[in-house]
Amino acid sequence: MEYKDYYDIMGVSKEATQDEIKRAYRKLARKYHPDVSKEQDAEKKFKEVGEAYEVLKDPEKRAAYDQLGANWQAGQDFRPPPDWDAGFEFSGGGYTQGDSAAFSDFFESLFGQRGFRGAGMGAGSGAGFQMRGEDHHAKILIDLEDAYKGTTRTISLRVPEVDAQGHVRTRERTLNVRIPKGVHQGQQIRLAGQGAPGLGSGPQGDLYLEVEFNPHSFYRVESRDIFLELPVAPWEAALGAKVKAPTPDGTVDLSIPPDSKAGRKLRLKGRGIPGKTPGDLYVILQIALPPANTEKAKELYTKMQQELAFNPRAGLGV
Amino acid sequence: MSEKVLTGLIVNEDMTLTLAELSRACCVHAEWIVALVDEGILEPQGNVRTGWCFSGPSLRRARIAVHLQQDLGVNLAGAALVLDLMEELESLRRQVPFPGRET
Repeated sequence: MEYKDYYDIMGVSKEATQDEIKRAYRKLARKYHPDVSKEQDAEKKFKEVGEAYEVLKDPEKRAAYDQLGANWQAGQDFRPPPDWDAGFEFSGGGYTQGDSAAFSDFFESLFGQRGFRGAGMGAGSGAGFQMRGEDHHAKILIDLEDAYKGTTRTISLRVPEVDAQGHVRTRERTLNVRIPKGVHQGQQIRLAGQGAPGLGSGPQGDLYLEVEFNPHSFYRVESRDIFLELPVAPWEAALGAKVKAPTPDGTVDLSIPPDSKAGRKLRLKGRGIPGKTPGDLYVILQIALPPANTEKAKELYTKMQQELAFNPRAGLGV
Repeated sequence: MSEKVLTGLIVNEDMTLTLAELSRACCVHAEWIVALVDEGILEPQGNVRTGWCFSGPSLRRARIAVHLQQDLGVNLAGAALVLDLMEELESLRRQVPFPGRET
């Protein structure tokens, strides 16, 4: 297990006041919030910051963490010293409303089990009591092509469970899930009865999977529509041509109308993500210039220069 | 590990959720969803609460609002504003299909 430097993660000094820590957290949380952030690894960073704040915002946990000593380096192999937390009392459940399953092993070893013991649901609480299990949420990454054909994915989820001694353990749960075709970015897939077990004879909750596409090297996805930037030769754009264009569903023949300009958008109706109302595929033309790296090419460019009265900057008045 | 393959159901525009289903899916009390409706963040079909039908995309909106409130301390009016701005941003991104790339 690696030691985590919570102060470093929050970008504050060890002497930071509680107010400074709160301000640092708010700023980082806005920056990395997975719903709004476009940063890479936003979700991972957001969880890290959340975990650091979980400890540093609570003077009791912060004091306990501080007395581990200042000599630890982030990433260093770490074992909590025995009785490291003797003399500290954690009031209120150690786990918070936060997504406790997302916290690191490091956090777990320090605060996880102890905190939960007090707050855990007593065994056999209230005979006959029943409640539907909680709904769970997870993210699933698929390829764009999978949305066209449907796919089956094996996913592993870490589920926190309370064992007979009242300790929290995370258990790996593996599910094979069929992803229906026509799913798009940000959509949820509901798996009935795959959430948390119910209490008493209450039914099991549902599992929701939020779909996210792996970034694609040449397609861009917006809702059901797909965008593709297609390079064409100057003569194809000028004279019109039939060219091949890739789609997630296979190669298609595409007619380029004569006198096309760079940036021209061609719509392939219904070639986006399939569904009752299928999306469209937009091809945006990009004019690729042949390099003038041979005598022949230079000669052709020179000929165009001499014979075509063409001023690309006419619209700028120069 | 079981080899059984589970089939999921896409929560899309064609699918509707009741108030109870939506609250459960967001792990919040129904009152909280009612507050989202009062704020205009969600627009269910139907007049009476017990008969409300929420469209599939409401789930995403509601969950984002929940996260914004729990994680960033954003209030309902703020969450409504963020959601509107996010929608505007998404539609702008649609118009600029390949930002940052030279055409």
